[in-house]
Amino acid sequence: MKFAIVVFPGSNCDHDAYHAAKHVLGMDAEFVWHKETSLGGADVVVLPGGFAHGDYLRTGAIARFSPVMAAVKSFAAAAGPVIGICNGFQVLLEVGLLPGAMLRNRSLRFQCEHVFVRVEQTDTPFTAACRTGQVLRIPIAHGEGNYYAEPEVVERLEQNRQVVFRYTTATGEVTSEANPNGSANNIAGLCNDTRNVVGLMPHPERACELAVGSSDGLVLFESVVRSVSARGVVAHSR
Amino acid sequence: MRARVFVTLKPSVFDPQGTTVTEALHTLGYAAVKDVRQGKYFELEIDASNADEARKVAAEVSEQLLANPIIESYRVEVQ
Repeated sequence: MKFAIVVFPGSNCDHDAYHAAKHVLGMDAEFVWHKETSLGGADVVVLPGGFAHGDYLRTGAIARFSPVMAAVKSFAAAAGPVIGICNGFQVLLEVGLLPGAMLRNRSLRFQCEHVFVRVEQTDTPFTAACRTGQVLRIPIAHGEGNYYAEPEVVERLEQNRQVVFRYTTATGEVTSEANPNGSANNIAGLCNDTRNVVGLMPHPERACELAVGSSDGLVLFESVVRSVSARGVVAHSR
Repeated sequence: MRARVFVTLKPSVFDPQGTTVTEALHTLGYAAVKDVRQGKYFELEIDASNADEARKVAAEVSEQLLANPIIESYRVEVQ
């Protein structure tokens, strides 16, 4: 099984994602430069965190035009599992693979801390190995993670069970204090309506080994390995 | 021709930066400033034969890139 880690100019969590896939999980992993038009036959695509294209104009706005995004879109359309982490999530929003947009954090501060997120849905390739309601302790590091969508869109996301992760307390309660950025309905992560594209602001790839303070994020990567193995090859990227 | 594009958050969208600037102005004693909305300003030099054509191009690029229609609206002025 091969992970493709997309690298934009300004990506800075690409090596963390590569390390999680390659060294922690023992899978094949390859960096794919944003100018490429092929994902090299990968089974899983990761859009990593960072500041793609310097976050100029708006976060993720310029990355939308990177040549590799056409390949990511067709991979997603063929039901291939795609995860966007932090800046990768912002790119998925700008490219239209997930609904909504990001505003500056309510605090106006760059929030860099460990938070608790509750797994709301386990029928996505990235949460298949989780328990519903499982609370994960994962770091966040962002200035623009205040998720916004029109109230009708948020309502539709809730009804379709597309809210995959929510900021909570350590015991899984949804409170305003547990919301680090002001996101609508404490939304920390979403999936698309076909459930194969997942985006989240917290960084599971930075929480895959106890040596770095938490290994709670590993379950997302274990989930996708399990999902892809169980279903055989869902989509082979080209 | 020169087009100016003003991009602002939609009125329904909370503007944390504008709110913070408002509060700072109040601290400075400018209680008369009731609200601040922060936005972006672009100057586009457009090769167009008339103002309508320039306006059309400016509106298109605003829709496609300069503004995110989910959270922002834009206004075009052509000189």
